[in-house]
This record gives sequence, structure tokens and C-alpha cells, in this order.
Amino acid sequence: MHMADALLSPAVGATMWVLSGATLGRSATRVRKTLDEGRLPLMGVLGAFVFAVQMLNFAIPGTGSSGHLAGTLFLALLLGPHGAFLTVSSVLVVQALFFADGGLLALGCNLFNMGFFPAFVAYPLIVRPLLAGAPGQGRRALGIILGAVIGLQLGAFGVVLETILSGRTALPFKAFLYAMQPIHLAIGLVEGLATLALVAFLARTRPELLETQSRGRSAWKGALVVAVMALVAGGCFSWFASTRPDGLEWALAKVGQQEIEAPEQSLHGRIAHAQARTALMPDYAFKGGGESRGATSLAGVGGGVLTLLIVGGVGIALRPRRKMA
Amino acid sequence: MSHHLLEGVQLCHRYADGTEALRGLDFCIRHGESVALVGANGAGKSTLLQHLNGTLLPTSGAVKIGGITVCKETLRDIRRTVGMVFQDPDDQLFMSTVFEDVAFGPRNLGLPDADVETRVRQALDRVEIGHLAHKPPFRLSGGEKRRAAIATVLSMSPDVLVMDEPSAGLDPRSRRQLIGLLKDFQHTKLIATHDLDLVLDLCDRTLVMHQGKLMADGPTREIFADAALLEACHLEKPFSMQGCPVCGRT
Amino acid sequence: MANFGDHLRELGALDRLASMDTPIHRLDPRAKVLATLLFILMVASFGRYEVSGLLPFALFPVILGTLGEVPWGLVGKRVLMVLPFALVLGILNPFLDRSQVAFGSWTLSAGWLSFASILLRFALCVGASVILIATTSMDGVCMALERLGLPRVFTLQIALLYRYVFVLLEETLRITRARELRANGRPLLLSEYGSLAGSLFLRTWERARRVHVAMLSRGFEGEFHGASPPHFRSKDAAFLMGWGAVLVVLRLVNLPHLLESLLKGVAS
Repeated sequence: MHMADALLSPAVGATMWVLSGATLGRSATRVRKTLDEGRLPLMGVLGAFVFAVQMLNFAIPGTGSSGHLAGTLFLALLLGPHGAFLTVSSVLVVQALFFADGGLLALGCNLFNMGFFPAFVAYPLIVRPLLAGAPGQGRRALGIILGAVIGLQLGAFGVVLETILSGRTALPFKAFLYAMQPIHLAIGLVEGLATLALVAFLARTRPELLETQSRGRSAWKGALVVAVMALVAGGCFSWFASTRPDGLEWALAKVGQQEIEAPEQSLHGRIAHAQARTALMPDYAFKGGGESRGATSLAGVGGGVLTLLIVGGVGIALRPRRKMA
Repeated sequence: MSHHLLEGVQLCHRYADGTEALRGLDFCIRHGESVALVGANGAGKSTLLQHLNGTLLPTSGAVKIGGITVCKETLRDIRRTVGMVFQDPDDQLFMSTVFEDVAFGPRNLGLPDADVETRVRQALDRVEIGHLAHKPPFRLSGGEKRRAAIATVLSMSPDVLVMDEPSAGLDPRSRRQLIGLLKDFQHTKLIATHDLDLVLDLCDRTLVMHQGKLMADGPTREIFADAALLEACHLEKPFSMQGCPVCGRT
Repeated sequence: MANFGDHLRELGALDRLASMDTPIHRLDPRAKVLATLLFILMVASFGRYEVSGLLPFALFPVILGTLGEVPWGLVGKRVLMVLPFALVLGILNPFLDRSQVAFGSWTLSAGWLSFASILLRFALCVGASVILIATTSMDGVCMALERLGLPRVFTLQIALLYRYVFVLLEETLRITRARELRANGRPLLLSEYGSLAGSLFLRTWERARRVHVAMLSRGFEGEFHGASPPHFRSKDAAFLMGWGAVLVVLRLVNLPHLLESLLKGVAS
């Protein structure tokens, strides 16, 4: 899922910009250093490929819905993590600009959620070791699907954290998490299957293109341990989140909003209370207190209408008086 | 020094998968000549072309350009001398505007901005698309793309023009205009094509390839008159040399 | 797969708009990118319940869009396209956030305010982004990003992607059309997907190889030499600083509120 400008606070957006920017810089340096001449056009054209293939939908059996490839993992298999991150980032930039997928402030988040996690976490820790040596079909399928699922789970978790920390929606952390993670489990499986289908096709037709993967010694047992540990940790975390939601939410809310002041009350009461105290449209009728309620009825509404009229007027006044030829 | 000279000496190329694409070619093209390279699909034309600017290097034998053997060390000079026009202009036009694309080569030569600008202008004027300089390549028509692709090569001031299927995908009018344009070029030309009528218009000499070998090398009209040769190489007479389909007269 | 052709057409339409010639198009891309970023940052910086303070920010897209002659239908369409997403994420606010806000005699659940705020943010941010790209060529954006410190390799990557996106979308369109003509309405199954996407990939790979050869043939040795970028003129600086000031003032002063008090002053 694309994180969107409208859900972000500047602090979260800027932090993620810095993180993704640093990753981008590092990747660019690494790619430059290892730039065999053909890399540049290859990455560029592959970016366009990912863009195109993301629109190629296939049916998901038994659901009536359809899915498509996001492609980061596939790119990592071909180009390695640095090349994949750069390529996916370029796709996300073009999507943000042309299709308003996410937006400019959210780019940092999206690069991180959809680029960093699959390319720099799932791929090197799970997929590469599992596919090292000469993997049989079973091990290949396991590695790719596991990698895709874990990459997307992390990405979804990123979206949840960024959204909650920004505090623009009222979605409670737990509910949002419980909605996002299972959805992205499904999306991850679809991503894994699609990547696998593509890799299987290449293994049949042009195995030499995937050669980079079989280099290095097989450490797939280690990777399996990492994967299992990740799943266990995720499970424990969910359990913790479900049994102690207040603690967790409190912690997050505190970081995000600094509005919570009475931890002994029930969560919703607390939030409502805090909001009533601090966040009630500070510039509306409540701040002054002394002002009579009647006088400020419809506070802001008249002004708002007038503002829009002015904006519209400016628009009309500025309209170019160019004659149609 | 016979500077503008393309020469193949027992040129062989075997691909990594074992396919023998070129099996001992000997040819020599002199300064100012306009030569056609014809042959059925898979005859080895494209492989040969890729040897002429060192994109592929021979497995054995050699290619010489102006007396210089094509090898890793000489690539820089070779690529400056030989201008290669690709079959699909989309492969050749990879920058964001026509201007940038035509400027790509001169900039790689390390020329200063002003010289680059002059060269680009001249190249674009030469193919009559000066007005398209700031258009992105994907907004051009097939004929315009082809001209832009040729301009990218002209801006390097090459001595030899090598073209792969220059008339492919063009409508009849664009094709005719392209032929007119190429006729005026003074460069040494090697044109690989299936368009034998274009060959008749542009090339006095023709090389015929079949299964990686050179089957014939001679004056175009003689070769196209040799029905047995054309048949053996899976080719057909150009339309203008076939009988009229209505009255049967040639 | 109707959306395929649509995407292609929309990309094409935006790209054509970007090659127009208006005062906004003539501005330095850096000025436009920075102003848009500042705009989004300011919009994002408002608190969860802000509605009225966001309204004056519509000035930015309205002025740029009008002077840049961007068709409003296009902007509206783009905003509508992301609206479902905004609705899904915001619609729960009124139910989750039930603290009451009084408008004099009325009361309203605060969730409705934050919901309206999210919708407004979406519209403003998406509108501004669309107008940026409709008035600035991709080339210009890449140049701006590079000047703003993004690595060269990355901006080149974007430029190459953009160059070939049209070619590859068309290729994909042809492949899917060929399949659909024989598929008799059957959806694309995963088993076929591998070979469909795979053959598209192989073509892409071959194309990349040919593009590389084309680069090598023109003396490419691993280093791109771009044109020197145009100068940042005083006009561009004025645009950036002017909007910077306006946006900051709009952020600090609640214009509708001010107008409201003016109205009241006039009335009494």
C-alpha cells in the first residue's frame, strides 16, 4: 500500500525522507562503483518493465479478485539489493508524480516500505541464502514466497507505524495493525507466487540470467532459522499487542501526539479527553472562552466560504485571455 | 592511407551457445562505396554489423577499419569512425529529447558545449528535422524517429555509415523520402536490408549472405538478375525487376 | 485490461501538457519543485482537526493551475481517483473519534472534522502534485532533483525509465491484446502469467542490451555528460520566495477566521 501525503505529519515524512535518502545515496554509490557498463540502461529499462508489469493483472484462484507483481524482490534477484532499491525508487517517483500514488512528502515512506524492506531485509536475509547453491524447486519456492511475505509484512507494519505516529487518522493502532497485516499476508503470497512464476519461466528459458543467485555458499538453513525467528517474533509481538494493547498504544500515542495525560483512565476516554482539552480547533470559538457562543456560531464557516470565493475569484481573474485560434 | 575502408579477413563468430553465426567472411569495402548486405533471416547480417563497431569481437579472423584492427584497445577510434544506425530507432533514441540524443555522442567525445550545439544543429538540419529538436522521442512518427536516429550518428561525423534495415516499418512516402536523403550522403555506406528495391536505388554493389557465409559479392544488378543465386539464398527479385503482374512485361 | 491503454493515454496527456509554453512552464523546475514541497509540508503540518486553515491553501494549486493552463478536469479526475483511498482511511474517524465539538448551538463529532481534514489534504496534495508535473517536463523534474542533491545515477535512472515506459507499456498492451483475443474472456491465470510476464521481461532484457550497444556505439564510457543546467534567474527566485512567504503566512494566520471577524465587524 502506498503511504499518502495526506496521512503524514511533517516530522514522520521528513524522518523517512532522510532514511530513504541515505539508503538511496548509499545504493547509488554502490551501483556506481560496480557499474559494469551495461548496468545503467538495464536498470532504466527494467524500471519501465516493472512499471508495465504492475499493470498486468492475473486472476487469483477461488477469490474472483486479481493481483499483480510489485517487483522489488524480482529486481533484487536480478540486480542485487542496491540496484533493486534504485530501480524501485525510480518507479515510485514516477508513480508519485504522474499518478499521485502517495505523493512527494510520502515518497520517503514509500521508498522505505516498498524498497528497503524487500531489497535490504527480506532479500539478503531470507531469499539469497535460501536460493544459494543449486536450489531445488521446493527450496526455490519456499525462499521466494517467504521472502515476499516477510518483505510485505514489514512494509505493511511500516505503513501502520507511520500512519499512527503521524496521528492524522483516528484509527487505533491495534485495529489498523490487525487489518493491515493479514491483508498484506495475502498480498505477500500473491507477490511471492507471481515472482516465482516469473523466476520459474526464466529458469526454464534463460537460466544464465539468474546465475548471480547461485553464487556463494548455501546458507539456507541459517536463513530458515532467521525466517522462523522473524515469524516467532512477529507472533509474540502480535500476542503482546493483543493482550496489552493499551500499553503499546499509549507508548505510540505519546510519541505521536503528546496529548495523553491520564494513563489510568480507559484508552478511549483518555484520548477523547485529551482531544477535547488540547486539539479542539484551537483557532475556533473555544480558545477565547470569554466570547459568547452565539456570536461565534458557525465559526469559520462564513470565513471559509469567503476564502473559497476569493480563491475561485483569483482563479477566474488569472485565466489567460488567450483566444482560441 | 586508405582511411575509409571496411575489411573482413576470415571473419568467424561463434556465440556462447555454440551457434556459428559467421563462418569465415572475406570482404573489402572501399572509400565512398555504397554497399548492400542482403540475406534471409538468420543469415548472419546483424552479427556481421555488430562486428563493424566492436560490439561483438570475432572468435577468429579480424575486422579492419581504415587499416586498424577492431579490438578492445581501438574501440574508441573505431566507434568514432563507424556510425551505426539501428533497426529499431527506439533502441537508439534513449535520451529524453531529440536534441539530447543527438548531443549524446559529441558530448562523449568531450567537445565543449558550443561545438556540441553546432554539431547537433548541423546533424538535425541534414536530416531536415531541426524543428523537432526539443520533442521527446516517443512523440515522433516512424519516419521522424528514423531521421532522428540517423542524426544521432551524423553528429559524430563518422566516415562510414552502417545501417540495419533503414526502411523497416516506414510508410511508402517516408521510405521514399529516406531513400532520397541517403542518396545525397557522401559517406561510405553499408546497408543491411530486406528491401531490395531500396538496394537498387542506393547501392551499386551487393553482398549476399547465407548461413553465415558470403555467397556473392558483385554489382547489384548482376546479382539480382541471378535467379539461381537468389533462390539458393532464400531471396526474391526486387519488385521493380519482376514482371508486371498485370501485363507481364518487365 | 482497459486501464492499460488509459494509463498510457494519461501519461501521454500529462506529458503533452508539460511541453506547453506558459509563464508557469517557463519557470525553473527547481523553483516549482521546491515550492510544491513547501506547500505539501505546510499542509501536512496542520493538526488533525484543521479544516478552515487548509482552505486558503487552495490558492496555490488554483493560481498555478490557471496560469499554467492545466485543464481542471484532469486535476479533478486525479483527485477523484485517489478519493476512495482517502475515504477508506478517513471514514472511520467520525465513529472512532466521538468527542463533541460545539458550533454554537450545534454539536458535531470531532471525527467528522478530522475526516474532512483528511479529504481536504488529499485534494490539495494530489492537486499540487498533478499541477507540478503538468507544468514541468520529466526532464525538468530530473534536473531539479539532481540539482537538489539526488545522485546522478538515480536521476538518470528515472529519465531512462520514463523514456522506455511508453515503449514497454505499448509492448505489454500488444501482448495482452493478443492473449485476450484468444482467451475468450477467460482471465489470466497464474500459470500463464509466468510466461506472459516472462516473455515481456526477455524482450525488455534484449532491449536493454541493444540500448547499451547504442550507447557504446556513440562513445559511451560509463559517464553521462549532461547539458549544463539553465541559470536560476531572479524570476525563479522571486517565484519561490514569494510563494514561500505566502505559504508561511497562510500557515500562521487563519485567513477564514480573520475574514469571519471582518465580516462580523462589518455587520455590527
